[in-house]
Amino acid sequence: MNAVAFVVIAIFALSAALAAATLGKLMHAALMFAVALVGVAALFFLLGAEFVGLVLVFVYVGAVAVLIVFTILLTRRDLDVDRGFNWTGVIVAILVFVGLSVAIFKTPFLASATPQTTMITVRQIGEALMTNYVWPLQCVGVLLTAALIGALVLVMEEKR
Amino acid sequence: MDQIFVHAKQWLLSFLGHAPDWLVQVASGLINIAALLAVFLTLFAAISVLERKILGRMQNRYGPNRVGPFGLLQPVADGIKMLIKEDIVPVRADKTVHFLAPVLIAAAAILALGVIPYGRNMTPFAIDGGILFFFAVGSTNELAVFMAGWASNNKFSMLGAMRAIAQMFSYELPLIITVLPVVMIVGSLAPDTIVLAQGGYLFGFIPQWFVFTPWGAAAFILFFVSGLVESNRTPFDVPEGESEIVAGHMTEYSGFKYATFFMAEYIGMFAVSGLAVTMFLGGWHAPFRVLEIIPSYIWFFGKLSILLFIYIWVRGTLPRTRIDQMMNVAWKFMLPMSFTCIIAAAVWHYAGRGLFGWLWSFAVVAVVYLALSMLLGTRKKFAPRQYRFAE
Repeated sequence: MNAVAFVVIAIFALSAALAAATLGKLMHAALMFAVALVGVAALFFLLGAEFVGLVLVFVYVGAVAVLIVFTILLTRRDLDVDRGFNWTGVIVAILVFVGLSVAIFKTPFLASATPQTTMITVRQIGEALMTNYVWPLQCVGVLLTAALIGALVLVMEEKR
Repeated sequence: MDQIFVHAKQWLLSFLGHAPDWLVQVASGLINIAALLAVFLTLFAAISVLERKILGRMQNRYGPNRVGPFGLLQPVADGIKMLIKEDIVPVRADKTVHFLAPVLIAAAAILALGVIPYGRNMTPFAIDGGILFFFAVGSTNELAVFMAGWASNNKFSMLGAMRAIAQMFSYELPLIITVLPVVMIVGSLAPDTIVLAQGGYLFGFIPQWFVFTPWGAAAFILFFVSGLVESNRTPFDVPEGESEIVAGHMTEYSGFKYATFFMAEYIGMFAVSGLAVTMFLGGWHAPFRVLEIIPSYIWFFGKLSILLFIYIWVRGTLPRTRIDQMMNVAWKFMLPMSFTCIIAAAVWHYAGRGLFGWLWSFAVVAVVYLALSMLLGTRKKFAPRQYRFAE
């Protein structure tokens, strides 16, 4: 059952990602990117990481995808121009893939050690964030606040 | 009486007999979905005629009264009209995206209904992170609105979509942050647990709903106003301001696609009011112990209809705001106030949740409110209004 679901979701996410990389219109590519993220969120659900999946949909589809779409719309004037295949993109993608694969293969596999997946509740994540990972959390908070203030400074009217 | 619908579902499932587990699960899910759709689409039909009736009453006119007794069959007539209307898609539109936008927006709105507890043991899909699910699904709304605006290939549509996304983004912050104090106090993201935590009575007669605590009252008002903005209702219906940009992102939609947008808007309104009832108004709990004989779902839908009536009331009373006024309120007033709610809730919790906690947290809310209103006092910045073209 799980294997079938995994294959279906993986094909869905991969084809959406492929479409995002190959579609001619930039806007379609951005929308397909959002679809691919929904597929990845579904994978997290399958693994029992409900919280991560929901946050992925919330942050990436709800905010990042809209941000991308907005930036495309507000900056590009040649939206419909087909600029052919982008080889530098391929190189960057291969580099990222190699880097990620190396990192993944270097880490010891937790899944093989403990095969049973327990549902991680939101409470456990919250407690981990507030105890073991409180410093990273604070740093992210400071970074986001700085970004918010920076955006405000950028658009502030100059007072004479 | 209280569990009649739960028993009905068990009875329906018992026909499956010794079917495999997954089949029972799928059947149970399908029954839940069918019930949700039946209830809320009926409620949509009812509210569409009731709203026009109530607005008519408030504006000293009759409202719809031609179709059926008291005009009650108006939604049927509207539905038939919408179904047989020609579906026009502009030539220059992006056909696929243009078609997918109303589908996505309706699907997201209906999904959000799935996690709200409608009565004792009556949550259609009880998931651990229910509140988070609600907002995750709700946030896809923005993408759908953008798709509608962009795919129409029309300047009015695009402007409307931009306005809609700007206001939805700004008000999503207070909407979510005002939920946090409740989540903090209850210690759970599951709507069922939140409702259960509001059971019982203080001194035997005051229901322990969060709206009766100072932080809860402030958070409820902020949540309600943000919900009003999220569902694009009248004082904040800048995205579809028909006097400026035709109908915003819905300009190029006709027939049933337009009706789908309309439906999604109303269902979003039901969902956000349902969440407000769940979070602050005690969900399906009765206000007095004596009244607990009345089934829980009746209490839920009673509270829901009061909130919906307030929505209509506000629409009949207030004029449309300007976009800069809305943004100012969101970022300068609502956001600090919603952070204050978190602090006030913490104060309430650590002062022992009793009378002292009540007073202390009331003091926190009141001080911040007064300080903000003094800081933001706009009255002194504006000279008395001068009419250039009138008089």
